[in-house]
Amino acid sequence: MTDLPEQSVERARARSRLAMAWDSDLAHSFRRSPVAMLSAAVTLILVLSAVFAPLIAPHDPFNPATLNLMNGFTPPGEANMFTGESFLLGTDDQGRDVFSTILYGLRISLFVGFAAVGFAMVLGITLGLIAGYVGGLVETIIMRVADVQLTFPAILVAMLIFGVAKGITPPEYRNDVAIWVLIVAIGLSDWVQFARVVRGATMVEKSKEYVQAARLIGRSPAAIMLRHILPNVLSPVLVIATISLALAIIAEATLSFLGVGAPPTEPSLGTLIRIGQGFLFSGEWWILFFPACTLLVLALAVNLLGDWLRDALNPRLR
Amino acid sequence: MALLEIENLTVQFPTRRQTFTAVKDAHLTVEPGQIHGLVGESGAGKSTIGAAVMGLLDPPGRITGGVIRFRGEEISGLDAAAMAALRGKKISMIFQDPLTSLNPLFTVKQQLVETIQEHLGLSDAEAGARAIDLIDRVGIPNAKARANQYPHQFSGGMRQRVVIALALCSEPDVIIADEPTTALDVSIQAQILDLIKGLAREREVGVILITHDMGVIADTTDVVTVMYRGEVVESGPTARVLGQPEHPYTRSLIAAVPRPTVKLHRFPLIGYGGRVTEFKIEDLARNWPQSTAERGTPLVEADGITKRFISKRALLPSNREYFTAVDGARFEIRQGEVFGLVGESGSGKSTIARMIAGLYPVDAGAVRFEGRDVTATARGVPDWYRREIQMIFQDPYSSLNPRMRVDEIVAEPARHHGILQGLALRDRVAELLDRVGLGADAGLKYPHEFSGGQRQRISIARALATQPRFLICDEPTSALDVSIQAQILNILKDLQEHLNLTMLFISHDLPVVRQMCDRVGVMKDGKLVEVAETEALFEAPQHGYTRELLSLMPRLDGLSDEGLAVA
Repeated sequence: MTDLPEQSVERARARSRLAMAWDSDLAHSFRRSPVAMLSAAVTLILVLSAVFAPLIAPHDPFNPATLNLMNGFTPPGEANMFTGESFLLGTDDQGRDVFSTILYGLRISLFVGFAAVGFAMVLGITLGLIAGYVGGLVETIIMRVADVQLTFPAILVAMLIFGVAKGITPPEYRNDVAIWVLIVAIGLSDWVQFARVVRGATMVEKSKEYVQAARLIGRSPAAIMLRHILPNVLSPVLVIATISLALAIIAEATLSFLGVGAPPTEPSLGTLIRIGQGFLFSGEWWILFFPACTLLVLALAVNLLGDWLRDALNPRLR
Repeated sequence: MALLEIENLTVQFPTRRQTFTAVKDAHLTVEPGQIHGLVGESGAGKSTIGAAVMGLLDPPGRITGGVIRFRGEEISGLDAAAMAALRGKKISMIFQDPLTSLNPLFTVKQQLVETIQEHLGLSDAEAGARAIDLIDRVGIPNAKARANQYPHQFSGGMRQRVVIALALCSEPDVIIADEPTTALDVSIQAQILDLIKGLAREREVGVILITHDMGVIADTTDVVTVMYRGEVVESGPTARVLGQPEHPYTRSLIAAVPRPTVKLHRFPLIGYGGRVTEFKIEDLARNWPQSTAERGTPLVEADGITKRFISKRALLPSNREYFTAVDGARFEIRQGEVFGLVGESGSGKSTIARMIAGLYPVDAGAVRFEGRDVTATARGVPDWYRREIQMIFQDPYSSLNPRMRVDEIVAEPARHHGILQGLALRDRVAELLDRVGLGADAGLKYPHEFSGGQRQRISIARALATQPRFLICDEPTSALDVSIQAQILNILKDLQEHLNLTMLFISHDLPVVRQMCDRVGVMKDGKLVEVAETEALFEAPQHGYTRELLSLMPRLDGLSDEGLAVA
């Protein structure tokens, strides 16, 4: 690709591909679905505010130097009776601004969610491809492991992994690795559905003649799986990944709520809910309410987006 | 009064981008006892007419013009309830695939009784007796016992008979048969067509027979209507339309039909509507490595190859049961010839091809290429052999990876074997695509942007990328329209002539085999029963099964032979 005309052809194609994407059935179905557009907008706003949390947040909730214990328990929108400062969504017992903690908590929740789904996807797709393409004993072993894992609730599996990891890490590193353990725990409890779907789709693709053609040429099984089959089994994976994201965020919140997830020094939405829960009956409802609402809105938006994607990609429903 | 009249029928499918007119101003009448053939290539709108008569148009399709009259009464404007009452009772339908048109969870008798009671309101006993009578009448032996079996216990042909019995339950006046024999072997096809013919004669039923097969039209129909892209181009008595076609499209269609009785040098391509694409295979010959081997010496030898598939799995090998797909096939394919393999479905033709190509390990026997052993093991075949062979598959819609660009698809074999890289590879790909008639810039598109025939050309370009000496064609045209088939077969003939390629050509279509092959092997139930020179085989078949196959072949005697050049 050295000569210029060729490049301009490529560029023209790239442009037209953008136009094609805009004109595609998927984009059309998106433009016609208010629910999909609304949930995409909400998701986008939440993701952006998490990414730019340091710029948006009025306070840095993790810097003890900026905190004033006198500001504790300030109700939302009211001036503090001692310092006179006011906070949009109030403060918690430490005097931390709830709005800022939510932004930072969202960061951790979303990071854990995306990373856990990514991990589950890589693991599930790899094992699903191998099971579907190789078949035989390998397939039996992989899928039986998957079946066994499905008999345990995902949250139990995650807690088990979390517990084991905590047991083998030295105490001084525990807070540092907590997030990564959380990611692996949620990811490991979630790979099965990716593996199942990919295995099924792989078995369908494997019998198609283009795979025979690649085998005839002499391409290795790995090349056939990655180059030929993988691109053709990705669309159902996309749907599952979106719905899994919502589930992973909730799983993270659940684990953190139970106290086995993100540490209080780096609170995720779940940790914030756990902290807030302690003050619910003493009247400081906002410490719990706003993080919980954020979690609800986030999970709902992502879920609705996943539902729409599933319907839009399923030709039988059109 | 005509039984069924279709006047100025227009069917449109409005979509987001444009309104697609599937049928435009179509005229058609069916008299009692008459078989009216509706012939055309895919997308001609013939099935849409059938669906419109039945009131079964897929949404968003709808009738936007014209009328359909049944015994003089307009039925095209009826509401859903009135149409449902008429459908199945007065007009019934036979679909292409007998497997999916029967419910696998009910016995044949249950399905028939249900339909009979729905339409005629008989008691259980009466309906049961009637069902058995119908099963007997469509030629299923031992009707009483077989009535209580499930659809999967019937063979394909028997199942289609059940579907016909189902269509007869309500004693309809009109039957619409949409490609009723396309999924069936030629021997069964003949029986089903005879059955339909008999019904029309004895019971004064009017039949609309929708098909793409000129042989079926010639053998079965009284009147034929030829359709092209939604329009009726010609209509009249079958013998007249096929013998003296008036419309240029009909002429081009008839000229493209492979003749069973005489071998032609090439298929005549009478272009219509800009459908003939130029290809220049001879230009490839300049850079093609010239084989030093003498024409006629053996290139590929199959020495008693056998393939067994496990039909019952078990942990212990002694408990497993096997099905022998190919049983000790022994033949040679000579340098520069096209060797044909014919047989009905399940006879093991494709399995042989896959063993020779190294896609299936061989259970017994050996394959040799120029005397060197290339028998496929679980690890496949040697790399040098892979460069010498290539394959063209049956289904152009699944043989190209939909997510790969066409230039990547064509380049893959040469790139994998390290034959060419970079610019040289790009030039080779562009040249190949151009020579098979797609144009050099076809490489920048994706497979879904091409039609079936064009995709098969891409397959051919891919197969030529490593400059192989041996090409396996597994039913390369059975999914294509007849005019497209003629073009693809001409390309294959050119490959043999100009590039001196040796070919294994697999087909169930005897006329195609006669046109393409130098020698032919006949397969039956996994065994090779006869191998002979093509002309000798067609003129003087030795084996009883070959004679039977040939006798079932449509003769196409009445077809116009305009434009044919005999070899």
